[in-house]
Amino acid sequence: MATDPLLDVRGVTLQYKTKDQLVTATYRVDFHVFRSDRFVVLGPSGCGKSTLLKAVGGYLNPVEGEIRLKGHEVTRPGPDRMMVFQEFDQLLPWKTVKENVMFALTATGKLAGRSAENKALEYIAKVKLSKFADSFPHTLSGGMKQRVAIARGMAMEPDILLMDEPFAALDALTRRKMQDELLQLWDDTHFTVLFVTHSIPEAIKIGSRILLLSPHPGQVKAEINSLPRQESDGDEAKALEQKIHTMLFADEVEEEAEHSHG
Amino acid sequence: MADTQALRPELYRDPVDASHFGVVEKPLSTWERIYNVAAVRKIFILVALAAIWELYARLLNNPLLFPTFTSTIDAFVQGLFGGGLLGKAWTSIKVLLMGYSAGIALAALLTVIAITSRIGTDFLETLTSMFNPLPAIALLPLALIWFGLGNGSLVFVLIHSVLWAVALNTHSGFLSVSNTMRMVGRNYGLRGLSYVGRILIPAAFPSILTGLKIGWAFAWRTLIAAELVFGVSSGSGGLGWFIYENKNQLEIPNVFAGLFTVIVIGLLVENVIFRTVEARTVRRWGMQS
Repeated sequence: MATDPLLDVRGVTLQYKTKDQLVTATYRVDFHVFRSDRFVVLGPSGCGKSTLLKAVGGYLNPVEGEIRLKGHEVTRPGPDRMMVFQEFDQLLPWKTVKENVMFALTATGKLAGRSAENKALEYIAKVKLSKFADSFPHTLSGGMKQRVAIARGMAMEPDILLMDEPFAALDALTRRKMQDELLQLWDDTHFTVLFVTHSIPEAIKIGSRILLLSPHPGQVKAEINSLPRQESDGDEAKALEQKIHTMLFADEVEEEAEHSHG
Repeated sequence: MADTQALRPELYRDPVDASHFGVVEKPLSTWERIYNVAAVRKIFILVALAAIWELYARLLNNPLLFPTFTSTIDAFVQGLFGGGLLGKAWTSIKVLLMGYSAGIALAALLTVIAITSRIGTDFLETLTSMFNPLPAIALLPLALIWFGLGNGSLVFVLIHSVLWAVALNTHSGFLSVSNTMRMVGRNYGLRGLSYVGRILIPAAFPSILTGLKIGWAFAWRTLIAAELVFGVSSGSGGLGWFIYENKNQLEIPNVFAGLFTVIVIGLLVENVIFRTVEARTVRRWGMQS
């Protein structure tokens, strides 16, 4: 591609300390995200994918390598990279749905007063929650809370939207619906999203490009193109799913085989 | 196995219309609804207690030791409209508010120091574990030497009684704010005091409110106790002094009226002021049921 990448992750090694040890979460990970990508980071639990996303969010600095957004190095959290978390408590319980979206806009100084309110209502309408604009978060269902979080992230019109397994805590039916809705929203605005998941079907469905990480510590195993949207349910999807599954879990199977022989 | 499963017929049914069976939703009876109101239940308890009091006092028939409920109310009303009870109560409340707000301000300062650094946390934890168990009233003799007879000493012991409870609860409230919520705040680029004020304080508000309630109760009882000791030489004492004075004059119904006022003010603050704050904040936000 001729254009520069929007997000440039180069040789990033991440470490964090737990109470009694230093853990290397990812080792020399490289990838590029371009404008309007639906870039999915996929890997089993323990591959450091969430840590990687937090590093892009600026919550954690790499011990090696660098993360650049539009050419500027990421050093701390900022509203140009809005996060959508997995947890339902990411909405501020003391603010209504509308206030939650507005607060993001006003606290960052992006918009104020009327224009912030209008922008908030516009995005709340996009996630079909206009009726609940004045409700407090505790009265909403899990799926609705996640939709508010998505509306909040999108209303900020960030350079990139970071989503950390946003649908993992939802029931299967709601999850499918949310995936469809997210794709509809993308059709609408073509935002750039970096999406972390451990579900292979979700990665194939949501992603336009998929980065596979191996576990302990996370290293890039492959970066592949996903299927065109209309084919994300057919036989090709099954085949791709199988291929990804083999790539991600091949080592484990071998190990297990060795153990049973030994 | 698979064959026997395949042999079982599939079932399809139409749900019956709601009119075919009894209750789907039915309003509760009036009595049930009245019983569901907490205020009604509490008023019932108060009335029962007053009745027991009246009955026992009449049986005892010794107004010097235990005046009846009615004579206490009598003394209370008379005190209110002429005995200066209202003025005394106001004197007490004024001092209380001074000490209470100063205590809260100091607690805020301490907690902000505590959350900004690890040594600050240790500082707060050490101080609270040292001073929280120390009864405020035990400091009164010292306060009298330092600040003399007067409001200065009262405010000092009040600050002591409020500060640690509020600081401890606020700090533990801050610590329990979820990591996600912290990350959301930092995502907006909030830092320093605006981060504390716009994320941490509202997120920790349930604990802060508990601290304020405990602090209030500590302060109120410390104040009345301190006034009992000290009113002796102070001309215009508060409620504690009113109780002490009337005991000396063997005006026992007035003593009861004084105690009654202490209780009534306590109940009002707890059930009106704090309850309203609670209903408007933590309950409305679903942070407390």
